[in-house]
Amino acid sequence: MTIAQFLVVSAALFSIGIYGVLIRRNAVLVLLSVELMLAAVNINFVAFGSYFADSTAGGQVFALFIITVAAAEVGIGLAIVLLIFRNRASANIDELDALKW
Amino acid sequence: MVMSSLLAGPAILAAETSEAVHHSDGGVLAAGAWLIVLVPFLAALAIMLFGKRLPRRGAELAVAAVGFVAIYGTVLLLTTWFGDGIVYEGAVKIGQFGGFEIEWAWVVDGLSIMMFFVVGVVSTACFVYAVGYMEGDIRPTAFFASFTLFAGAMLMLVSAANLIQLLIGWELVGVSSYLLIGHYWEQKENSSAGMKAFLVNKIADIGLMIGIIIAAVTVGSFTISTIMEKVVESDAALDDVAVVIAVLLFIGAMGKSAQFPFHVWLPDAMAGPTPVSALMHAATMVTAGVYLTARMFPLFEHMAHEALTLALVIGTITLVIAGLLAIVQNDIKRVLAYSTLSQLGYMVAAMGAGAYTAGLFHLFTHAFFKSLLFLGAGSVIHAVHSNNMTDMGGLRKAMPRTFWTFIIGSAALAGLPPMAGFFSKDEILASFNEGGYPIVLALGVITAFITAFYMTRAVSLTFFGEYKGHGHPHESPAIMTVPMLGLAGAAAVVGFLNVPGITSSFYNLVTTRLVPHELLGEHATSFDFTALALGLTAGVLGIIIGYRLYFPDAATQEERDRLRIPVLWPLLENKYYIDDLYMNGIVNPIKGPVARFINWTNSYIFDFVVNMVGVSTRGLGRFVYGGLDQRGIDLAINQAGAGTGYLGSKLRYIQTGKVQQYAAALFGGALVLVIGFWISIT
Repeated sequence: MTIAQFLVVSAALFSIGIYGVLIRRNAVLVLLSVELMLAAVNINFVAFGSYFADSTAGGQVFALFIITVAAAEVGIGLAIVLLIFRNRASANIDELDALKW
Repeated sequence: MVMSSLLAGPAILAAETSEAVHHSDGGVLAAGAWLIVLVPFLAALAIMLFGKRLPRRGAELAVAAVGFVAIYGTVLLLTTWFGDGIVYEGAVKIGQFGGFEIEWAWVVDGLSIMMFFVVGVVSTACFVYAVGYMEGDIRPTAFFASFTLFAGAMLMLVSAANLIQLLIGWELVGVSSYLLIGHYWEQKENSSAGMKAFLVNKIADIGLMIGIIIAAVTVGSFTISTIMEKVVESDAALDDVAVVIAVLLFIGAMGKSAQFPFHVWLPDAMAGPTPVSALMHAATMVTAGVYLTARMFPLFEHMAHEALTLALVIGTITLVIAGLLAIVQNDIKRVLAYSTLSQLGYMVAAMGAGAYTAGLFHLFTHAFFKSLLFLGAGSVIHAVHSNNMTDMGGLRKAMPRTFWTFIIGSAALAGLPPMAGFFSKDEILASFNEGGYPIVLALGVITAFITAFYMTRAVSLTFFGEYKGHGHPHESPAIMTVPMLGLAGAAAVVGFLNVPGITSSFYNLVTTRLVPHELLGEHATSFDFTALALGLTAGVLGIIIGYRLYFPDAATQEERDRLRIPVLWPLLENKYYIDDLYMNGIVNPIKGPVARFINWTNSYIFDFVVNMVGVSTRGLGRFVYGGLDQRGIDLAINQAGAGTGYLGSKLRYIQTGKVQQYAAALFGGALVLVIGFWISIT
């Protein structure tokens, strides 16, 4: 398998993630899309780590770190979304414009 | 120099020059001589601050300070006499302006030691006397503070190693004399006398100041010894202006030493308390001019003979006119005042004739007998409560000590041997004779006659005949008579310090200086019998005629009235109308038209200009405030603020608060960066 095949999958996954972040109205789905983008990055790390035959396995280790941080992140994100939903009975991201001018 | 070296001959000059090599630096005694100046100043300050709380109202501090100076001066004098001769210059740097250093420097050489001794001893006598004389005075503390300052200022003047310090001492002497002459300022004439002394001195001081500035600019230093070095080297630049410098310095000396035409302040200075007159006329103030001439003598002698001639002429005029004036005075202090003027004339004329030692010797002896005479006069005034000799008479029985000391002083002043004045006056007359000034000699001899005459008159009117005043006069207390006895002793013996051909202690003392002896005039090695005979005859004749005319029962009133020669007598009684001339010719025009004109100029021209400047500045200010500041600068600042606000009000709509729009912008930006990066690498 060539590196290009991994990169194509990764790019596709990343693009799907961007699409989800920008388009979906539901905050939970936006968070899920962010997870997709992180997964795409992880694929890149692991693929390049294997491709350059890094003896310290840096790519794989980085991927593990990202998975850990992403788990923490999605936990906090879902908690925020949950609180917003309790307050406003909606998880629609368009209605969350309290920071506008 | 030309004249005296011709007289001296080269052999004597060479001998004297080789003598001058052995000098000591005086060790710690000379190095600590700054104490002589500092102690009186500190004492004056202390009297001003706490004098009133002391049991004798500050007098004890004053006496202690001048007593210290007298002891220090005496020790220095004895050391330099019995040692190698002290020549020392100490300096303490007290400040710096760029390359110009200010230092307090003191010179300890024969000349200044002589002055320390005279000022110290005569001051001590006068101060002790003043403790008795000023008993019950209204302002004893102020008096003793000024009196101590006066002595300190004179010591500052004579110890000065540079001309700036000399000028400071000079002016301080003027200020403290003003304070002392006007001590009883409640009476208008006393404060006027103080002001007159100050202003007349001030006019002459301008000469001194300009002279000092020219000298310092030419030589590049205010230090006297540096100027003297240039004189010895016959520096060409200094030689060009030496006459100007010497004449200007001499004008300053004329003011302090009350030489014609600046003599008018001295008789009026009698308004001060008598101890002040005694000190002022003897050791302090009036000797300053003679001292300055002596200090700068090599300059006069070597480069500025014209100035010496001027000194000779001025001195001769002063000695004659002042002597004549003393005849017609009825105020005993005024008789002595004019006699001081006359004797100062002798000193200055002696300097003018190139007789450095003779002039200084007369200063030295005169200090003792004139202070003695003034203290005697003060003692009489104290007893009689009047200055006027017509209120006195017959006091010799009531005041024996005052009488005898006054007789000694008068004999010294009249030049009777063996009193001090005999030797010093004879030396001056000899210098006139040897210098080839027959007219000056004749006038000097005539004035010697006049001196003897008016002193006989004063003694006769005061101490002989019937008492004409009120009350019962009695002898002054011991605190006043003891200083007089001391001074009488000095007046009797100090003349022997310089007997031509026998002793030359005084000559050796005052020529113990850095400058070569041949620049300090000629020393008489034997009596000049012509001058001696003339002087002595004149003195004795003066006494005989004075006796014939003024002793009781010796002459009738008609005989005395024959002296009242028309024109001449009124001329003398009105002091040659010089005071009126100054009053009507200078003071009144200045007070009247000149002052009014200056006032008019001030009100209508200077004030107008000042007002116009003010008005136009105010207009300019208004324009700057209203036109430039309010409308220009403030506008720009306000517009900048308003513009920023407007821009912000429009730009804030990009903050929608929608997270997805922000994210879109983020990814768009990243995309732009990627594209840009891709373009740049391909």
